[in-house]
Amino acid sequence: MARFVLRRCGLVLPSLLGLLIITFLLIHAVPSDPAAAMAGDAATPEQIARIRAQYGLDQPMWRQFLVYIAKVVQLDFGESAFSHRPVALDIFQRLPATLELTFCSLVLSIGLGVPLGVVSALKHNAWPDYLLRIFSVMGIAVAAFWFAIMLQLLFAMNLAWLPLRGDLSSTMTRPPAITHFLVLDAVLAGRWDVFGDALRHLVLPSITLGLGGLATIVRFTRAGVLDTLQQDFVFYERAMGYRRMRLIWVFILRNSVTATVTQIGLLFGGLIAGAVVVESIFDWPGIGSYTVNAILTGDKQVMLAVTLLVGAIYAGVNILVDVVHGMLDPRLMDRA
Amino acid sequence: MIPALGVKGLKVSIRTDDGVARVLDDVGLTLERGRILGVVGESGCGKSTLIRAIMGILPKGASVEGGEIWFEGENLLAFSEKELNTSVRSSRIGFIPQDPLLSLNPVFKVGAQLLEVMRWHAAGTRRDHIARLVMLLKRLQVPDPENALERYLHQFSGGQRQRLLIAAALSCAPGLVIADEPTTALDVTTQHQILGLLRELVGEFGLSLMFVTHDFGVVAELCDDLCVIYAGQTVEQGTVESVLQAPSHPYTRALLACHPDRATSFVGIPGMVPSPLARPAGCLFAARCADVQVGCLAARPPQGIAPSGAEVRCVQFA
Amino acid sequence: MNPILRKLSRDLPAMLGLFIVVVVLLVALFGPWLAPYPGDASASHLLQRLKPPSEKFPFGTDNLGRDIFSRVILGARGALAISLTVVGVAMLVGVPLGLVAGYRGGWVSETIMRVTDVVLAIPQLVLALALAQLMKPSIESAMLALSLTYWPFFTRIVFAETRRLSSSMFVDALRGVGAGPFRIVFLHILPNALSPVIVRATIGLGFTILVAAVLGFLGMGASPPTPDWGLAIADSRLYLPRAWWYATFPGLAILITVMGFNLLGDGLRDLVDPRLRRSR
Repeated sequence: MARFVLRRCGLVLPSLLGLLIITFLLIHAVPSDPAAAMAGDAATPEQIARIRAQYGLDQPMWRQFLVYIAKVVQLDFGESAFSHRPVALDIFQRLPATLELTFCSLVLSIGLGVPLGVVSALKHNAWPDYLLRIFSVMGIAVAAFWFAIMLQLLFAMNLAWLPLRGDLSSTMTRPPAITHFLVLDAVLAGRWDVFGDALRHLVLPSITLGLGGLATIVRFTRAGVLDTLQQDFVFYERAMGYRRMRLIWVFILRNSVTATVTQIGLLFGGLIAGAVVVESIFDWPGIGSYTVNAILTGDKQVMLAVTLLVGAIYAGVNILVDVVHGMLDPRLMDRA
Repeated sequence: MIPALGVKGLKVSIRTDDGVARVLDDVGLTLERGRILGVVGESGCGKSTLIRAIMGILPKGASVEGGEIWFEGENLLAFSEKELNTSVRSSRIGFIPQDPLLSLNPVFKVGAQLLEVMRWHAAGTRRDHIARLVMLLKRLQVPDPENALERYLHQFSGGQRQRLLIAAALSCAPGLVIADEPTTALDVTTQHQILGLLRELVGEFGLSLMFVTHDFGVVAELCDDLCVIYAGQTVEQGTVESVLQAPSHPYTRALLACHPDRATSFVGIPGMVPSPLARPAGCLFAARCADVQVGCLAARPPQGIAPSGAEVRCVQFA
Repeated sequence: MNPILRKLSRDLPAMLGLFIVVVVLLVALFGPWLAPYPGDASASHLLQRLKPPSEKFPFGTDNLGRDIFSRVILGARGALAISLTVVGVAMLVGVPLGLVAGYRGGWVSETIMRVTDVVLAIPQLVLALALAQLMKPSIESAMLALSLTYWPFFTRIVFAETRRLSSSMFVDALRGVGAGPFRIVFLHILPNALSPVIVRATIGLGFTILVAAVLGFLGMGASPPTPDWGLAIADSRLYLPRAWWYATFPGLAILITVMGFNLLGDGLRDLVDPRLRRSR
C-alpha cells in the first residue's frame, strides 16, 4: 500500500517540474516589464531599476528560474504586486473559503449523483431515466456563470430566500479565525447564528459549482451500472440468490464506481476552474476570486503561484483517485 | 418417482429491435433423481436461455410464452421472484457457471461472498458455514482450504477457481445442480479431474446434475442421460449409451460425425441455423438435413420413439 | 442508406443534436439576413432601453435599447467562429504530435506526452485566462489561448490510437512490404484514428463555446459593441432583477448550442465505440 502510494507520487514529480518550467517561461516570455508594472505609472527609470535589482529581474533567465524554484520549495511565492503582501499568506488565508465551497459541491454532486445514476440505470428507458438523462445533458451544457445569475435572480432577488453574495451577512461579526474555515470557526466559537448564516451563503454557490459535477456523475454512474448489470457475475450472483438490494447497492455499485471515481478526479480540475467563475459572481473570498483579480490586474506572482497550487492540488487528487481505485479493486494493487 | 427436473414444451422469446426472437421453441427434458443429464447443443441454440428460464432470471425483454418447468414436483414458473430467491436459488438449486473469472465478484474476498450466500440460504451458524465450506474445499482438493476463503479470485489458478465455484454451488446443500459448460475453459487434464470429481460428488451428496455442454466427449465421460437441442428445440433425448451408440435424429448424427474423436473427414454441417427471428414452418433442421423429405417442410415433426429407445423429433420415427 | 447513418438516424437525442447544430450553423451563416434588426450589432436606441419581451422585441431590449433577439442571432457567428478556429488549431497541433509520439516511441514520445500531461494538469480556464491577459484581452488572444490549452486532448487520443494500431498486424504487414513511416502514419494509421478525433472535436466545439463565453463574461474575449453571448450576460448583471430577459436569453442560446454539440458528439461516440453503445 505505502509503496503503491509512493510510486504514484514519484510519477507526479516530473509533471510538477514541467508545470514550473512552463508557467515560468510563459510569464517571462511575454514582453512586458513587471518592474515597471510594480512601480506604477509615475515611476522614474531609477525607481524601476531599483525594483528590478531588488527582485532579481536584472539577472539572466536561468538564474531567475533557479532562484524561483528555491523559493517555491520554501513556499515563498514572492509578494503580490498589488496587495504588497506575501502571496503565500494571501493564499493561506483564502484557500479555506474555496475548500469549504469545493467540499460542499463535491458532497452535493457525489451524494446526489451516485444514487440518481443508479436509479437512472435501474429504471433504464422509463420516465425517471429520461428525466435524469435530460437533466444530465443540460447540466453539462449549461454555462455556470449564467446558471449562477439565474439562481441569484430567482432565489436571492425575486424570492429573497437566500443571500445574493458573500460568505456572511454584513450584519454578522466574524468569529475569531482559528481554522480560517468560516463554518468550523463559527462552531468552535459557539456562534450558531453565524454558522446558520454561513450555511445559507453556501447554498447557491455550491449548487452552481456542483451542477456540472452532479450531471457528470449521474451520467457515468448510470453507464457504469448499466454496464455492470450486463456482466456474467450479476447473473451468477442472482442465481446464487443474493438479495436484490444488496446486489445493487454493494456489489454492482462497487464495480461501477471505478469509472465514477476517475470522473471525480477529472472533475476536480473543473471544480477549480469553476470556482474562478462562481467565486467572482458570488463575491466569495476564496482563491477563485483572488485569481480573477490577479489576472485582471496582471499580477504575475499571484498567477504563477495559483497555477502551481492548482496543478499540485490536481496532481494530489489524481494520486488519491489511484489509491481509491486500488482499494476498490484489489487486482490493481497486486499488479503494482 | 418424481423427477428432479422436468421441462415440457418450454417457449421463451425475446423482444429485440429487429423483432421477436423465439429463442426457445418447445424444449423438453427430464432429469431423474440421482442422475446426470447432459444438455448438448451448438452455441446459440438456446442453452443459456434454458438455464436462465429455470433459474427465473431471464434477460430484459425476454418472457416465457408457454410450457412448464417442474422441479421436484413443484411448478417453478408459478414461483414469484421473491420465493425463488428465498427458497430455491442456492438452497435447492445450485449453479456452476462457465467462467469463474467472470462470475465471482473480483473486488470481494471469496469467503465473504460464499458466506453471504450461506447466511441467507443455508441452515446453521456462521461457524457451521465456515466448517462446511472448508470441508467442501478439502473434498474438492483446493490446497490450504482455511486460507483460501481470505483470498481474492484472481489469486487462484483456473482449475482451482472452478473448484471454488463447485464448492459454492454445493455450499447450501441443494438437491439439483445446474452446470453451464464449467470445463470449457480448462485444459484437458484439469477438465478430466473435475469431471471425475463431479461424478463422485453426485453420488456422495445425492445430487441430480444437469450439465450443459457442446462437447459429446464430456457427455460420454460424465453423463447418464442426454438431451440434444437444436435451434431452441429438443430433437433427441435418451440414455447416453443408446444415443451415442445409435444416434437417431439426423442432427445428432451430423453433430457426432463432426466430433474430432469420430470424424472421418473434416466436414461440418452444411447450411446455417435458422434465425430465431424467422423460424421456418417445417422441421427446423430440414434445410440442412441429408435425409430431408417433402413432408419435412410443411409442418413441425412430432415426437416419436426411435428403435434405440430415445425420444426423437423427426418424421422418420413419427 | 449507409448502415452507420441509419443507426445514427434512429438515435433520437443524436438527431436532435444534429438538428440544433445545423440550425446554429445556418443562423451563424445567415445571421445578418435572419435578424429582424441587423443594425443593432452596433446601433443604440436609448429611447427603447430595457423593454420586456413583446411582439416587436421577442427577447426584449438591452441597456442601449438594442433588440436582444437580433443580438442573440448575430452572436452565433462569433461563438462558432471562435470554437471552430480553436478546435481546428488544436487539432492541427495535437493530432500530428500524437501521431509522432505514438509511432516513434523513445524520448521523443516521452517528452511529448509529459508536456501533454503537464498542460492537461492545469485547468483550461485558468491557463486560458492567464494567457489571454498576458497577450492583451481580445478575441484573437482568447482564441489562441484556448487553442494552446485544448490540443493535448487530441494528442492523448491520437497517441493511444496510434500506439494500438502501430503494434497491430496490418502495420507490421505494411512495414514488411516496405512502406515508409510517412505513408504508414498518414495513409493507414491516421484514417483509423480519425473517428475518436471527430467525436472529441464535436464535443470540443460545444465545450469551447462554453469556455469562450466565460472569457467573454470576464471581459477577456469580445469587446463591445460586438454581439457576444457571454458579454451580454456580463452587461446584464447591472440591470437585474428588473431586466430578467437581458440575462436569460443569451444564456439559453449558449445552453442549447452546447447541448446540440454534446448530443451529436455522444451519438457519434456510440457509433464509434460499440462498448459504450450498450450503456445508453
